[in-house]
Amino acid sequence: MCLAVPGQVLTIEGEDALTRQGRVAFGGIVKQVNLAYVPEATVGDYVLVHAGFAITTIDAEQALKTLRYLAEIEPEAIS
Amino acid sequence: MKYIDEFRDAALVRRYAQSIARITTRPWTMMEICGGQTHSIVRYGIDQLLPPGVSLLHGPGCPVCVTPAESIDMAIAIASEAGVILCSFGDMLRVPGSGGSLLAAKARGADVRMVYSPLDALRIARETPSREVLFFAIGFETTAPATAMAVAQAARDGIENFSLLVSHVLVPPAIEALLTAPDNQVQGFLAAGHVCTVMGYREYEPIARRYRVPIVVTGFEPLDLLQGIYLCLRQLEEGRAEVENQYSRSVRRDGNRTAQELMRRIFTVQRQRWRGIGEIAASGLGLTAEYARYDARVRFGHTKTATEPPTECIAGMILRGLRKPHDCPAFGTRCTPERPLGATMVSSEGACAAYYRYRCHMADNGRVVSR
Amino acid sequence: MTEGSGFPLTCPLPGGEGDVIELAHGGGGLLMHRLIDRVFRPAFATSPSDLVHDGAVLDIGGARFAFTTDSYVVRPLFFPGGDIGSLAVNGTVNDLAMCGAHPLFLSAGFILEEGLPIEQLHKVVASMRAAAGAAGVKLVTGDTKVVEHGKGDGLYVNTAGIGSLRSGIAPAPQQVRPGDAVLLNGDIGRHGIAVLAAREGLGLEGEIASDTAPLAATIMELIDAGIDLHCLRDPTRGGLATTLVEIAEAAQVDIHIDESALAISEPVRGACEILGLDPLYVANEGRFVVFVPSNAAERALSILCRAEQGAGAAVIGQVESSKSPSVVLHGLIGAARVLDMLSGEQFPRIC
Repeated sequence: MCLAVPGQVLTIEGEDALTRQGRVAFGGIVKQVNLAYVPEATVGDYVLVHAGFAITTIDAEQALKTLRYLAEIEPEAIS
Repeated sequence: MKYIDEFRDAALVRRYAQSIARITTRPWTMMEICGGQTHSIVRYGIDQLLPPGVSLLHGPGCPVCVTPAESIDMAIAIASEAGVILCSFGDMLRVPGSGGSLLAAKARGADVRMVYSPLDALRIARETPSREVLFFAIGFETTAPATAMAVAQAARDGIENFSLLVSHVLVPPAIEALLTAPDNQVQGFLAAGHVCTVMGYREYEPIARRYRVPIVVTGFEPLDLLQGIYLCLRQLEEGRAEVENQYSRSVRRDGNRTAQELMRRIFTVQRQRWRGIGEIAASGLGLTAEYARYDARVRFGHTKTATEPPTECIAGMILRGLRKPHDCPAFGTRCTPERPLGATMVSSEGACAAYYRYRCHMADNGRVVSR
Repeated sequence: MTEGSGFPLTCPLPGGEGDVIELAHGGGGLLMHRLIDRVFRPAFATSPSDLVHDGAVLDIGGARFAFTTDSYVVRPLFFPGGDIGSLAVNGTVNDLAMCGAHPLFLSAGFILEEGLPIEQLHKVVASMRAAAGAAGVKLVTGDTKVVEHGKGDGLYVNTAGIGSLRSGIAPAPQQVRPGDAVLLNGDIGRHGIAVLAAREGLGLEGEIASDTAPLAATIMELIDAGIDLHCLRDPTRGGLATTLVEIAEAAQVDIHIDESALAISEPVRGACEILGLDPLYVANEGRFVVFVPSNAAERALSILCRAEQGAGAAVIGQVESSKSPSVVLHGLIGAARVLDMLSGEQFPRIC
């Protein structure tokens, strides 16, 4: 379940904790997303969005690590 | 699209498939929890890439599939009351309750509207103060924060014509129920990456220890799934039973504290019926007393209606991973997406619907065969 | 009905079918096809191929014509890239073009809801005039009716069209042959997303506009180039997948599609990702698939690429013989899956 898609925060509006929101870009489109659950997110960050809410910021370093680990996989047996 | 395309790299997919074959020395049975993962697996043909003997069972991680029929019946009953606007996610609209679906109720004149977020339902309530607006709040822990926020905003802004029919379910109790069932076949789990984004994965650690099963928190793109499968298989081959986090770009061990805090304020954990499975203790969410006035069951005073009618639907066994859709005598004949007997055929990532759309012409070994 | 199969058009409906029309009946998918088979074909069809293709080919005193009709009920009336008027003209022009005909004349019937601002009607009509001009057709007759407030969605339009057919031109699914190449004239998913976003107030910023456009000129160019057009169809409601399944079943062939050959614009992709929609099932209004002999594919492709909306035109697959027709999508990561029709409309999902 839980279709959640990564997008980039373009702008942030509102100071109120419950209604803080931002314009988030997904590929070629932009949508308003509630940012209440990612108080640490800033413009330029990537967030994961589900049902109109950002539920986390994407950890760019971890993403790179995962990709590096993926790329290092060798078809030979791992000891 | 960033953080999506990189994880769909075809060349890396092939290499992972080969590595999985390399490390696998015996048959293993794993289960992916999440319906979104099932959708991905079937859409990209991930299970076609696995060595024979490695079995992927599709678990009960489809909140649409496991929403009890009586909740749908209640939603329909309330929606059929004059003046009520029922808002629901798209996936729920076609799921049959014990009678028809929300869409069928709409065909008979109920004001049923599709929304993309609980906040859309709240907006409708703000815009039409003369009408009662009911939001059908389904989903796992991933979606509960969205529901919680709708309740919090409604309470703060004094929106009184808004209520929710809450049917949120929790994953860890379902995993335990699966593992304690006598016919359990599952040896390792791919945990739901987006549920864990919200909740973290601490609560899976005692489960891994107690039942000696590896649990790998896994994402949704093809490479996420293959890497999750790889890590799970490696644990099985090495005799380990730990919680590992494949989806580390989104999931932290403690999850999203801010979301969990609001969820704790708004919800209380309670027993919950799972369609096709039965009651599981402490596996659902209900509104706390402080927010009871937003509870549709309280507001509309509807009591539980009929229990699920017996059909030849084996969704329960499919959700528990005991059968595949092909095993069902009604699959593709008496039960189809147009006339579903159970929720696993209606929901777009119910195992049966996924198989029907993407696979019903293929043999189990994944080769495309003629009908 | 054979075990585990799709629903062949001649199958009597199994019990349990609903007795009222549902929205899904208009969705372009299985339920709509079954409605046609259950209600319309028994009444009107005199041969198995009647009422199957986009338009009817008629022989009137030795001259050949194509005749078609389509009704437009789109909400909202105005959306990025077009409106119900331009849709109504282009849609019928294109149905004629799919028969290989040169579109000539249209009629337009309007069903207006009491209370519709006349200014909106002006805009729609102006749009139709512009679209007719661009398509080179004349709107020659029409009708107007008004229904009570609440009984219509502001405005419905029906257009019917007639076009001339040269002798020897008769594209139809039955002409499709194993070995044929399948070409598509551009990227997919624009129209459906544009309308959905406008209707549901999704608040999507970005360049998603309907691709509604007249296709006759491009098709005439293909005909003039002497390319043997076996079949033409525009993938409207139900999307590319539905159209290919219809053709595969009518032609009794397998159609193999290479997913990496399909063009999808970035905004459409983003929208489909966040809504959980499969672009293969999203409606298009300025796109068509054409089946040609494989040795004509390159020439046909160069004509498609030169057309105004030609970016993204590609050879997307090929036809193979089959005992039981299927559309097989060869996926991005190497696995293949069979495409079926959806029962009704595709809904955005949360799961």
